[in-house]
Amino acid sequence: MGYIKGLNFKRVITLFSILVLFGNNMIFAQATGATPAKVDWLEVGYYVLLFVLVCLAVAIIGRVLNVYDLSLKMQGKKGIKWNNFNAYICLGFIIVGLGAAYWSITVQGSMTLPESASKHGVDIDNMFLVTSLLTLTVFVITQLLLFVFPFYYKHTEKRKAYYLPHNNTIEKVWTVIPAIALTILVVFGFFIWQEIENSTEVKGDLNVEITGHQFGWYLRYPGKDGKLGNVNYTLVDAQNSIGLDTKDPDAIDDLQADTLVFPVNKPVRLNIRAHDVIHSVYMPHFRLQQNAVPGLPTYFKFIPTITTAQMRIKTDDSKFEYLLYCNKICGGGHYNMQKVVRVVTEEEYLVWIAKQKPFLNTPATTKPEAKAPEVKVAALNKDADKKVLSTRLALNN
Amino acid sequence: MSTLAVHDHDLTHHDEAHEHHHKATFLNTYVFSQDHKMIAKQFLITGITMAFIGMILSLLFRIQLAYPTQSFPLLETLLGRFAPQGRISPDFYMSLVTIHGTIMVFFVLTAGLSGTFANLLIPLQIGARDMASPFVNMLSYWFFFLASVVMVSSFLVQKGPASGGWTVYPPLSALPKAMPGSGEGMTLWLISMVLFIASSLMGGINYISTVLNMRTKGMDLWKMPLTVWALFLTAILGVLAFPVLVAGVVLLIFDRSFGTSFYLSDIVLNGQVQPYEGGSPILFQHLFWFLGHPEVYIIIMPAMGISSEVLSVNSRKPIFGYHAMVYSLIGITLLSFIVWGHHMFVTGMNPFLGGVFMITTLIIAVPSAVKTFNWLATLWRGNIRFTPAMLFAIGMVSFFISGGLTGIFLGNAALDVNLHDTYFVVAHFHLVMGSAAIFGMLAGVYHWFPKMFRRMMDERLGYLHFWLTFAGAYMVFFPMHFMGLDGVPRRYYAFTEFPSWNKWLTVNVFITWAAMLSGVAQLAFAYNFIHSIFWGKKTVQNPWNANTLEWTTPIEHLHGNWPGELPTVYRWAYDYSKPGSEEDFIQQTVPFSQTMSSNLPHDFEDNPGGLEEYNKWTATHKANEPVK
Repeated sequence: MGYIKGLNFKRVITLFSILVLFGNNMIFAQATGATPAKVDWLEVGYYVLLFVLVCLAVAIIGRVLNVYDLSLKMQGKKGIKWNNFNAYICLGFIIVGLGAAYWSITVQGSMTLPESASKHGVDIDNMFLVTSLLTLTVFVITQLLLFVFPFYYKHTEKRKAYYLPHNNTIEKVWTVIPAIALTILVVFGFFIWQEIENSTEVKGDLNVEITGHQFGWYLRYPGKDGKLGNVNYTLVDAQNSIGLDTKDPDAIDDLQADTLVFPVNKPVRLNIRAHDVIHSVYMPHFRLQQNAVPGLPTYFKFIPTITTAQMRIKTDDSKFEYLLYCNKICGGGHYNMQKVVRVVTEEEYLVWIAKQKPFLNTPATTKPEAKAPEVKVAALNKDADKKVLSTRLALNN
Repeated sequence: MSTLAVHDHDLTHHDEAHEHHHKATFLNTYVFSQDHKMIAKQFLITGITMAFIGMILSLLFRIQLAYPTQSFPLLETLLGRFAPQGRISPDFYMSLVTIHGTIMVFFVLTAGLSGTFANLLIPLQIGARDMASPFVNMLSYWFFFLASVVMVSSFLVQKGPASGGWTVYPPLSALPKAMPGSGEGMTLWLISMVLFIASSLMGGINYISTVLNMRTKGMDLWKMPLTVWALFLTAILGVLAFPVLVAGVVLLIFDRSFGTSFYLSDIVLNGQVQPYEGGSPILFQHLFWFLGHPEVYIIIMPAMGISSEVLSVNSRKPIFGYHAMVYSLIGITLLSFIVWGHHMFVTGMNPFLGGVFMITTLIIAVPSAVKTFNWLATLWRGNIRFTPAMLFAIGMVSFFISGGLTGIFLGNAALDVNLHDTYFVVAHFHLVMGSAAIFGMLAGVYHWFPKMFRRMMDERLGYLHFWLTFAGAYMVFFPMHFMGLDGVPRRYYAFTEFPSWNKWLTVNVFITWAAMLSGVAQLAFAYNFIHSIFWGKKTVQNPWNANTLEWTTPIEHLHGNWPGELPTVYRWAYDYSKPGSEEDFIQQTVPFSQTMSSNLPHDFEDNPGGLEEYNKWTATHKANEPVK
């Protein structure tokens, strides 16, 4: 059989050598496990066989095409016109491709985040919409041209390509137009960015502290005084998980919480810290993200505008919760550092905050002297500490 | 000849016998070769091998993402302790994404791409007998090989390879107790990177000096093909940017092994207060991205150069706006040094700096847009031949557009707040620098395979390879944009903990199967590549009817490239389908005196003597022409 001959010795050897070469790559981490689960070799064999069959099919189709090509040539024809074949696939690809892109944008695009639940997020969403419309227009036009030109100008002996080395006018046009479009985007983006990043503390802001660690978050709310007390990482121990400075009167009444709860329509200033490695506070529903960096306190100020209850109605999902994720690779548990975030009315918030427990359960017994840090660290007095904290952001940049 | 290369540049005759002053043995021909063509092949084959390793790693973590709750006993057989009970462990998942990224970015798309084509094309396309320093060139390959071995060997250490992401941000990478991969695996990663950068620098310095000093007669800078321009500027970027990464890596080694605190401060690990004080994790990010951003242009610029050349040759048309193409490459080179902060908008870097970096980032989109439009204009009214190389070059442009446009979102600091580190970013860079660059590389492999191996690759397998990979890559990365827009972070081991993400599970399965399809398509390439090296159809000297100098060398390789004199260059590389010429290509070595009927006044812009001759010729020619 001619087809079988096609799979001659050399090809088999080559195929085999490929399998060996890339098969070896798979085995570089071979080691003995405790009690390996049983491998269903029949199933493995099935997939290997399937693969071999696909290879065979490709080889046979190749042979058939060879024979067809030869027979065309024997009849004095030109053989298979691969060039035209590819030109038509180009055309088909762009039609099917743009159709698929449209499907993806409409169907998968509607599976994305609901409307922004924060004030600044609305600006971000508008910016996103404008950028999307602009880029999608460019996307469709350029991709269409990219595939229609090759189809339309496919090779023929009758025609010579048009010798066009350059055209300064059109080149200037398509340098200036993107430049203008991008300038507009930059200017708007710049103003929104400035507005978002303004996390200066104003009287009346709710200050909440969130400290990332492997693998979870400590949350701290201010007590009745409305102020968060100082923390010092050298004071961290089993009783004092975030290193609260017990000498600081502001710290005594600070509260701990399990869930992030915010009153709606009130500015919240998140004070973000990390203990061990870099984490990132990511609350996509609020269009909010800021890394938590050890040694570099960061902030993000925002105003939540939609309560969880309202959002449940809007998304038609009775179990909807806002979530906070960790969004900076931080170790094996990175994928599971979520915190539930609830936005509630002012009254509900007051009820909730009243139930929260103070961070220091027994303030009388926790003497700061007793918590000698294991490691020698230059002792900083309280004032110096404050100063360091306030200037570090600037220093580190 | 080796080190004499610079001096014999002007010699008119090159003595063959003198050239081989040492005997050609297996060792100095195939292993420790100093011939740039052999070194190019070594880079290519090592690069392809690394690419397959990187691809297999990605398929492994794709399996985990698609079937997070299923057990695959085969995985345990293959991976042992890294996949207990047939499921990839969270720590090993992190290792997989880390080493996949590292291998693809550095070992495949930097060394595999630049190393191969700079070595092959720079001497051949500028008319040099070899690199400026063939010995250093050989060292460059062997450092790269060593770096590859060290990187892959990190799979053999007890706790597994580095796993802090390819960006290896401290403190995660600096504290061996922070995760298993930050132990010996991270040490090996750092050693491998130092070796790699040494290799990259030796190569880069060689490429720059070769381009600047060893161009043949007539080959002024403005006659160089765009491939050489791109590779030259890439080398400059590498030489200026890579040393900064070495600095960053060395400080990280100090923090890890010698108790310094360059990147560490105020750390409490597992409840233990650590002695580090005064460092800044942000410093490492600055140092890393000072290389890291030029790095993505180091990756994409050779692909741009290769695609420009391939598009022009196969459209049978000059590249549109050659000068604009060169200036946009130069613009990208310069701008790429001042955009690194766009990777750090949400890291706690001063917001004002973020604003500045946003402006510079969006400016860099202008030269990129110019390049895209020029490619499209090159196709317009061409006479297009669909060789596999041409298809891959078109694919490269397509990916560059799709991925480049999403860069406008991410470069905008305000939008980046919500998109940073999500799947949107994954989709963006896999299209714009991953897929685009690998397609540029494949275009180059298909196009210059006859030059490298003296045989042709099978075209039909090339078509199959292209269409499967092209469609597969879009199917893999397009849906990821929307996962990102739903706020799904990257580098997540499983989505099962989040009921709201159940809707993405089917999408994940689809992506994994699309990735498998693309993976299988690469076997068609591997088969085609290996088979054609030994049994491919023999090539003719100039299989694509191209203008550049490499096609004037004999098919049989010889040390020194051209027998006898080096060719003289008279014209640019893009005289395709010039009106008045019989052939649709005129090679760079053809003087204008031989092509009087196709010369244009434009050809003599800086050559008054030639212009005079041209005017005389046209005058007499017109006089002789019968009046119509």
